[in-house]
Amino acid sequence: MKITVNGEAKTLEAATLAEALEALGYGGAKVATAVNEDFVPAALRAATPLSDGDRLEIVAPRQGG
Amino acid sequence: MVKFYGTEVSSRLMLGTAQYPSPAILADAFKQSGAGIATVSVRREAGGDKAGSAFWDLIKDLGVAVLPNTAGCHSVREAVTTAHMARELFDTNWIKLEVIGHMDTLQPDPFALVEAAKILCDDGFQVFPYTTEDLILGERLLHAGCEVLMPWGAPIGSGLGLSNIYGLRSIRAQFPDVPMVIDAGLGLPSQAAAAMELGFDAVLLNTAVAKAGDPAQMAQGFAQAVEAGRMAYEADPMEPRDMAAPSTPVIGKAFLE
Repeated sequence: MKITVNGEAKTLEAATLAEALEALGYGGAKVATAVNEDFVPAALRAATPLSDGDRLEIVAPRQGG
Repeated sequence: MVKFYGTEVSSRLMLGTAQYPSPAILADAFKQSGAGIATVSVRREAGGDKAGSAFWDLIKDLGVAVLPNTAGCHSVREAVTTAHMARELFDTNWIKLEVIGHMDTLQPDPFALVEAAKILCDDGFQVFPYTTEDLILGERLLHAGCEVLMPWGAPIGSGLGLSNIYGLRSIRAQFPDVPMVIDAGLGLPSQAAAAMELGFDAVLLNTAVAKAGDPAQMAQGFAQAVEAGRMAYEADPMEPRDMAAPSTPVIGKAFLE
């Protein structure tokens, strides 16, 4: 399956957002997620299916003004 | 004490967390400033990178309230999604809502700002909108559910100070009971003092401290200026006048001609 993760094209096998995060090395990380520009709460990641062409955004706390 | 959405904050100085030379200098600047609120953001993180956790640990140690922003967002949808991600990451309903409309001035897009503010307020967020000194925009934001306004002093990162004193005085007078923060554009403590003398409840700055040669000392300078300006406002300043008025009594002066 081809998806875009933080603007980069990736190929991975993951049925759900939770599986994708695990496969991409985010296990246990303090991150928040959006799929196709919509926020997906942490509690819904395991129940959020992914399909070819989906766009993931994975963000973490950062410095800001 | 100043209150935002029912939360009392000990300091009227709010500080950003970006652009410091090092995490240690950031922490020192916060300590010296006594700031009660830190602004933060959310940004992309690579798998296996733990930068977010490290930054979060640093912020938690500061012991201040956290105000996440939607910096860099240009559309309603982008700002709303970013706000949701920030709420989950930082576990707060507070959001500094930025919806940028112009690349060179980083001026807010007033129409998108009101629309995003309404969506977020309806969704339980406590919105701190980064706005201009425009009165109608302020009114619409309050109508959308905002209980705080954050008019700019000047464009973000410019250090120009209060570029429209008349406009800022007007918005202060128009909404006397609304907590208002001068957000952005301040470069020097004297400008922060001037904002406080106008009756604003707090100031929010980042670049002026982070980019100073000695951020901790500049933070302290701003803290003192904010306190001085607030004291002056509460002390009810004299009215300025165009002509001189002798302060030393005229009566009783020795006649020596």
